[in-house]
Amino acid sequence: MKLLQLLEEDCTLTPEQLASMANMTVDEVKASIKRYEENKVILGYKAIVDWDRTDREAVTALIEVKVTPQRGEGFDRVAERIYQYDEVESVYLMSGAYDLTVIISGRTLKEVAQFVGERLSTLEDVTGTATHFILHKYKEKHLIFEKQESQPKEWIFS
Amino acid sequence: MNYDEILSQRIQEIKPSGIRRFFDILEEMKDAISLGIGEPDFVTPWHIRDAGIYSLEKGFTKYTGNAGMAELRREIAAYLNRRFDLQYDFASQIIVTVGGSEAIDLALRCLVNPGDEVIVPVPSFVCYGPLASMAGGTPVYLELKAENEFRLTPEQLRAAITPRTKALVLPFPSNPTGGIMERADLEAIAQVLRGTDIMVISDEIYAELTYGQRHVSMANLPDMYDRTIVVNGFSKSHAMTGWRMGYVCGPAPIVQQMLKLHQFGIMSAPTTSQYAAIEAMRNGDGDIEKMRDEYDGRRRYLVEGLRRIGLPCFEPKGAFYVFPDIRGTGLSSDDFCERFLMEEKVAVIAGSAFGPGGEGFVRCCYATSMRDIAEALTRMDNFLTNLKKKQAREG
Repeated sequence: MKLLQLLEEDCTLTPEQLASMANMTVDEVKASIKRYEENKVILGYKAIVDWDRTDREAVTALIEVKVTPQRGEGFDRVAERIYQYDEVESVYLMSGAYDLTVIISGRTLKEVAQFVGERLSTLEDVTGTATHFILHKYKEKHLIFEKQESQPKEWIFS
Repeated sequence: MNYDEILSQRIQEIKPSGIRRFFDILEEMKDAISLGIGEPDFVTPWHIRDAGIYSLEKGFTKYTGNAGMAELRREIAAYLNRRFDLQYDFASQIIVTVGGSEAIDLALRCLVNPGDEVIVPVPSFVCYGPLASMAGGTPVYLELKAENEFRLTPEQLRAAITPRTKALVLPFPSNPTGGIMERADLEAIAQVLRGTDIMVISDEIYAELTYGQRHVSMANLPDMYDRTIVVNGFSKSHAMTGWRMGYVCGPAPIVQQMLKLHQFGIMSAPTTSQYAAIEAMRNGDGDIEKMRDEYDGRRRYLVEGLRRIGLPCFEPKGAFYVFPDIRGTGLSSDDFCERFLMEEKVAVIAGSAFGPGGEGFVRCCYATSMRDIAEALTRMDNFLTNLKKKQAREG
């Protein structure tokens, strides 16, 4: 568990660093990671990018989706039909007023609107959608987007 | 004006720390990696900062009672009981001070008569000797040995005690060595002290940062409660160095005298900080565990790294320092630090800065990011390799 927590926080740590941090041997770390990857406990390793700091345009939307669950398959089949699209970043099954949260990213507002209008809402099991565009990201995966100021360094003998 | 004539002899006799020159170099060097500063790299947890901010918003900006807010002292008493099995009465046995340093100063000034001796084990943090001198006492430095993992031994203590011995400073877990005193070690010391009037000033500012076992206070040992003054604070446990929050606990007759001095010199510890400290005591135990866990990982990484590149060091079980032995390089610890900084731009602190027993060692603080520790180790390896080559060439 410790190893997974460490990797979730920073997957750039070397096996040697992970071993010290988790109080394991380097070989144990390597073997565990291999096993986690094979069992899909670790799905992948990705950088968290703030596209607003680049020239690239990016739009993200959170879409509430209401669906009719299918006999014998529940929500899984329709969820699968949605998550297969490359534009879809995340799909979550929700409790409450609607059924699926779908997070979509695209280059432009139009692109996202088109996807919702033409792909998502036309699926036969989808009975309704509500699209919320994300205006600004403050924090994601414990990382804060705004550059944090730090106290100026002063040398003190302590 | 001849200020040498005007200034007190005592203050003039205190030598300025040689470390200043080293820091001057560092300030010029913008991109140096530092394992030098002895403070947490964490920012104070948000809920604690928020409590301080909230108190300001409410306009709580006046003095508190001299000893500190009763609410905070109650929380400190509960905390010491919960975490270290220490029992102190909030009303008569605890003073909230401006950092642990003020608490040490109060203790020394309230105990020492002119000519009294104060035993100070070294290497240790630099304040004890000068503060003992300013109180009119004579510091007696006791050199701890690397082969004992820088623990104080009863034989050493016994040899240092004279009829003038007033107090023993017990600075464990130790800055700079990372050494600790376990219960058995303390018991051996207690045996020497029982039946004497020697007081122990136990600086336990790193008490929460021990690895593999919980810190034991000298005040926990039979017959030692009445002869022990416990100094602690929030700086290291809750990453609150800049808030200047410490406290002192001890026998009521001593603490009440210390309160007189605190009242005249300080009035009361900063009010905003006290509100933040209440929150730290109430809801901060989880922060302590989280930070300690993080330090523990870095500690293992740094110790393993130093040993791998050929610097021997014992396993430090407390604080956030590793104290590698650099005698094999043939350099003094001062030279080692200066050359390492100039050649590889990494700051570590010469052991000699912490008193006579520290020569031949350097203090590396691991309260810094894993990335910096890794980079510092790579550069240390380079430095040692180049040094060996140079020394071989010079024959």
